[in-house]
Amino acid sequence: MLEIIDLTKLFFGLTAVDHVSTRFERGQVSAIIGPNGAGKTTFFNLIAGTHRPSSGKILFNGQDVTGLRPDHVARLGIARTFQTTHLFDNATIIDNLIVGHRLRTHSGLWDVLVNSKRLQQEEKVCREKAMDALDFVGLANISHRMAGDITQEERKRVALALALATDPELLLLDEPAGGVNPDETVGLATLIRKLVDHGKTVCLIEHKMDMIMRLADKIVVLNNGGKIAEGTPAEIRRDPQVIDAYLGVDHAAI
Amino acid sequence: MKRLRGKTGWILLALAALLFPLFAHNNYLISVATQGFIMALAAIGLNLITGYTGQFNLAHGAFMAVGAYTVGILTVDYQVPFWIAFALAGVVTAILGFFIGLLSLRLKGHYFSIFTLCVSYIMFLLIEKWESLTHGTVGIMGIPVPAGVGPVQFGTPLSQYYLVLAFLALGVWIMSRIVNSLLGRSFMAVRNSDELAEALGIDLMRTKTLSFVLSVVYAGFAGALYAGQVRFLGPDLASEVVTFDLVMFVLVGGIGTLLGPLVGTGLVTWMTQGLQFLQDYRMVVFGPVLIALIIFLPDGIVGTWLNRRARRADTTRGKPNA
Repeated sequence: MLEIIDLTKLFFGLTAVDHVSTRFERGQVSAIIGPNGAGKTTFFNLIAGTHRPSSGKILFNGQDVTGLRPDHVARLGIARTFQTTHLFDNATIIDNLIVGHRLRTHSGLWDVLVNSKRLQQEEKVCREKAMDALDFVGLANISHRMAGDITQEERKRVALALALATDPELLLLDEPAGGVNPDETVGLATLIRKLVDHGKTVCLIEHKMDMIMRLADKIVVLNNGGKIAEGTPAEIRRDPQVIDAYLGVDHAAI
Repeated sequence: MKRLRGKTGWILLALAALLFPLFAHNNYLISVATQGFIMALAAIGLNLITGYTGQFNLAHGAFMAVGAYTVGILTVDYQVPFWIAFALAGVVTAILGFFIGLLSLRLKGHYFSIFTLCVSYIMFLLIEKWESLTHGTVGIMGIPVPAGVGPVQFGTPLSQYYLVLAFLALGVWIMSRIVNSLLGRSFMAVRNSDELAEALGIDLMRTKTLSFVLSVVYAGFAGALYAGQVRFLGPDLASEVVTFDLVMFVLVGGIGTLLGPLVGTGLVTWMTQGLQFLQDYRMVVFGPVLIALIIFLPDGIVGTWLNRRARRADTTRGKPNA
């Protein structure tokens, strides 16, 4: 589904992502792990179009998407979440979510001025999409809460719902369980698995190894911008290089 | 129910504006109110780019001057009929806004504000120094009043009052359409986080430019109405003081709310008039009041009220379920 070929990003001579090649298969959960500063978020930014790669290629469903603008990438079906979730705190959750489906609508200024049929139809669709997404992440009952009042775990779910409202094929999740407690982490892992069961493909960055080891079908390990290993959780657990760079002996296979 | 209550509020406000001349005992008050409405129209426009889209534009007053000067130059020097000049004021500000927007909106946050402040100053200098076009510091005198439409003439302060009120009502109505639509949601998504908005597939440059152009068109028409009401234009209209007045109106009333700019303009205009008797000392009263407002009501009067109402609606909704 997503193929990364020899991807490199230099920031003023500093190599943030160093000749990384890999592929993410449809209907799987792929995880990117690595120590802080390994280039994981930059890697996401390159795929999502926030940064333009210095060299290399990104193919999404066989189509070259290298260097496209983020909004363009989103319209092609790649959604993402961020480490910190930017919600508009003084609005309800449902109001925060409706804009998520905006990219699939076409109403412009003229539709707004004459209040066209198309606009009314599209606003209805956007609201339904938002509600469906909220239902999917299990928060339909708090759709009218103010976004500023909800818990960190709920924020993570809302962020996921927002990404989901764009009708993506592939979701890039940057620390979807960052800052939530272990019980809630299990719930979020279940949710991510549910996404895949519903035909989505997920690629995530996460530091919580227990979660990754149970959830991921495939793990890519980055260190200093370069890929040092790639494989199933079981293979990664055994990899001496990974243990050295990142996991430590705690997570090594017994 | 909630919708009905919202509508009632607007109708009451419109009614109050319609009946105001009955209670104003002299033409001076009516003229002050008319100018207040013109400023409110410009403030509503500023609120779109600054309040709803999150781009703090500090050239808004200059665009108002562009609209005013378009009318002034065309009617006085070229004998163009008022309403044609009026329409062209919208076109000229839109075109100018498009190109300035395209250039300045590449910058973010404070850089955008500083850039637009510079643009504003350049426009002021152009108006002041380009004497063959703008009459320089002498200004443009003898601008005709808006031409009559059918049997209705706009020669008196009272008829001007209702003319400007009609445009203000139209402006508010169009703005409510915009901000309550998907388009408005795109603007607010950009304000909330441009990074997130872009990841949600919103074309940042296009969205911001559209908001900017719409916003300055409001300023352009406000300026055109100003030209027809005051009938004299000087370069001071393009000075940053006008912009900062508009910013103050928006902040006091409530940035990013529909009603805010109206309340802010009304309140500040009323306060400045009420404090006239203090002459130069009025700033001693005005300053601290303004500071207190910003400290204690950072979301403005309307913003604070709306937040409180939304929160209350949220808690009452929660109860039956809990």
